[in-house]
Amino acid sequence: MNSDNKSDIDESKHNRKVLVLFAHPAQTRSEVNVPLFADAQAIEHVTAVDLYAEYPDFNIDIEREQQQLVDHDIIIFLYPLYWYSTPSILKEWQDLVLEYGFAYGHEGTALKGKQFLCAISAGGKEEAYQTDGFNHFTIRQLLQPLEQMASITHMTYLAPFALFGSRTAQEEHRISDHRRKWTTLLNKLVKGELNMEKAMNIENLADLCTQSGE
Amino acid sequence: MTGYFLYAFIYLVAAVIAVPIAKRLGLGSVLGYLIAGLVIGPVFGLVGDETTTIQHFAEFGVVMMLFLVGLELEPRSLWAMKSKLLGLGGLQLGLTAALITAAAIALGQPFGVSLTIGLIFALSSTAIVLQTFQEKGLQQTEGGKSAFSVLLFQDIAVIPMLALIPLLAIPELASSAAEHGSSSESHNNLSLVEGLPPWGYGLVIISSVAFVTVGGHYLSRPLFKFVASSHLREIFTATALMLIIGIAALMGLVGLSPALGAFLAGVVLANSEFRHELEANIEPFKGLLLGLFFITVGAGINFGVLSDNAVLIAALTITVMLVKAMVLYVIAVVFKLRESNKWLFTLSLAQAGEFGFVLLSFASQNYVLPSNIISVLSLVVAISMFLTPGLFILFDKAIMPRYQGSKTQREQDTIDEQGSVVIAGIGRFGQIINRLLVANDVKTVVLDIRSEQIDLIRRVGTKAYFGDASKPDILHTAGAHDASLLVIAIDDKDTAAEMVKYAKHAYPNVKVLARAFDRGHGYRLRQLGADYVVSETYHSALEMGAEALRSLNIHPFHVERQKMAYKNIEDQQNDMLYKAWIDDASGERIDNNYLKLFIELESLIKNALKADLHDKHSKMRGWTPPPKGYAEKLEHDEIPDNE
Repeated sequence: MNSDNKSDIDESKHNRKVLVLFAHPAQTRSEVNVPLFADAQAIEHVTAVDLYAEYPDFNIDIEREQQQLVDHDIIIFLYPLYWYSTPSILKEWQDLVLEYGFAYGHEGTALKGKQFLCAISAGGKEEAYQTDGFNHFTIRQLLQPLEQMASITHMTYLAPFALFGSRTAQEEHRISDHRRKWTTLLNKLVKGELNMEKAMNIENLADLCTQSGE
Repeated sequence: MTGYFLYAFIYLVAAVIAVPIAKRLGLGSVLGYLIAGLVIGPVFGLVGDETTTIQHFAEFGVVMMLFLVGLELEPRSLWAMKSKLLGLGGLQLGLTAALITAAAIALGQPFGVSLTIGLIFALSSTAIVLQTFQEKGLQQTEGGKSAFSVLLFQDIAVIPMLALIPLLAIPELASSAAEHGSSSESHNNLSLVEGLPPWGYGLVIISSVAFVTVGGHYLSRPLFKFVASSHLREIFTATALMLIIGIAALMGLVGLSPALGAFLAGVVLANSEFRHELEANIEPFKGLLLGLFFITVGAGINFGVLSDNAVLIAALTITVMLVKAMVLYVIAVVFKLRESNKWLFTLSLAQAGEFGFVLLSFASQNYVLPSNIISVLSLVVAISMFLTPGLFILFDKAIMPRYQGSKTQREQDTIDEQGSVVIAGIGRFGQIINRLLVANDVKTVVLDIRSEQIDLIRRVGTKAYFGDASKPDILHTAGAHDASLLVIAIDDKDTAAEMVKYAKHAYPNVKVLARAFDRGHGYRLRQLGADYVVSETYHSALEMGAEALRSLNIHPFHVERQKMAYKNIEDQQNDMLYKAWIDDASGERIDNNYLKLFIELESLIKNALKADLHDKHSKMRGWTPPPKGYAEKLEHDEIPDNE
């Protein structure tokens, strides 16, 4: 770890603000994402937004969402992987909020320098997400549209924070471990302690968030 | 008394028989009335001397017609017409009068007589032309608008003519009449301006015109509001009649044309919220009086004079109509009227008009024309009017087809007048609909029977009119026949049902959206033909229920889904319930199937919503995760071939 010995005031000044945009349309059936969302709500300097609760009729407030983006340093999409993509409200959110002139284009630099990552749960096993596996592509490959979204909006794209085999994670007691890693990740992001070099290039960010550190 | 009834009955029978026949034969109602008059007058001699008296009375139809024409014209559009009015109208009147005057001089008439004849024949028939335009839907064409400008100018020009004609009096005629003790003197007795110096006369005229405009603008509103608050329809009709008759009387007193005064009042009231109600009230009177007027024209044809001077009258009529048509054609070319419009303009105005009769009798009272000339000229005016429907038929049959190709283009031009929405009822319900439509640039016509409500709505800048939308004639004047939608948003259940029934019957092409009080009322409206029905409380209750669930911390998106599930089941069951309702209502079933189905709906909704709420792995669809362990199965299963 490379934390500096600075005063409390200085430290709080260096705290990054994290925005978790959570999308899950059937939360009564959620076993992974709802607990992760609750964890995020409990951490200081993290703003956790339930998009389906905010906009049940998809009537997204563009102004408000853009301001929220401006007010934060790190943007996280938290969602279950649906057909190798996001639940529909996150796509709607992208289509509406990431406007030309705001997020991209000649004068669209509002997101410049921010960091972006996806926190996903996938039903398939990790082995399935390989070029020679059942799904034929790695998870990073499948998320390339979002990677390119980050690129064109001048954000730094970090590896996805992924839980595979999520349908049986509860039975296999893997969820609490994953939640710990999630909390670690969020805390590191807030404090700016994440190794960016590794975070950008690793396959799964969860592997970087073990309790013992790197 | 019985005598009057008898005459009235004869007139009505003639009209009732002749007009529908003429209409069916494609001759138009005007010709039907004229023929009716011809049959009861000179042909069978059922009516006689009283026709002139009736004609004076029936001329009031023209006054009403100009009032209605004025109602359609806002002051702004009148101002926009000014160049057309002066250009087309001025040229037509000046050229025609000059040519006919010259012709009369050439035939050996003195100048005064010739000029009077020229002026009389320069006028055309507002009654026939506008009535026919309306019937054939020609008002909005370029030719129709131009013809209207000319007619309006002529109506205005009648005033200076009435002032000019007495100056042309022939001294010998006047003195011989004085010896006999003139009876026509009494006709002019009622006048405010007699004996006034010219400046006083001018002052009286200006102040009475000012009274009509200013009074019409400021006094009519409180008056109509006061009357409307009584909710008595016949009193509103009485008020409308009072207004027009009052104006006509005032104009008569100061020596102005009543028609022009009524037109002015109409223009002043064109912006009023009472416009459509006024139109609906006056329209039947106007129609009947005009019909009566046309009958008297037909009945007044004097066969004796006609047969004695047949050749002369025929020659004169043809000459007059040719000269008029020629002048009109030249003007049409100068003003660049295109194709069919040029011919419409030329043919529609080629007759002499009802003001011709007025000027003739005025001229005789003032000893300008000798009586033998007057009886011949009356026939020329009448016959030229008689021939006008023929000219319209010529236009329809011979000229229109030649330009049929360009006609479709023309219709596209007027599309901005179409596609509007009539909203009946502008209470809490209608306001929301209107706001939504207006915000999307949809032209709406808003009607309500509560004048306070109209007042309020007008204050926020909505075009709303006072009127009982359940009255067929109000719906018509509001443009229901041209509208693409009729929104019925009125409180009264039975009136709403009647309106749906009437609207679907009278305007089968207009889509009707109706607000229902409850389920049963909704089914009734649907049965009567409403295209879309919504219960006034359904959506708001559903929203309130959703808010209640959200307040109990149920996830908003889940609440949204429950709402949709509710709607889906409601929609699915609705048709079945409706059919059961019809069976029950018509008494075909005695087992009260409807009630059974209604109870079934209740439990269906309850079960469907409950399943989703409590059972995590229910059969309810929507983001159901695959079963646990599906991933292994997927990888190891052979996918069966679908062959």
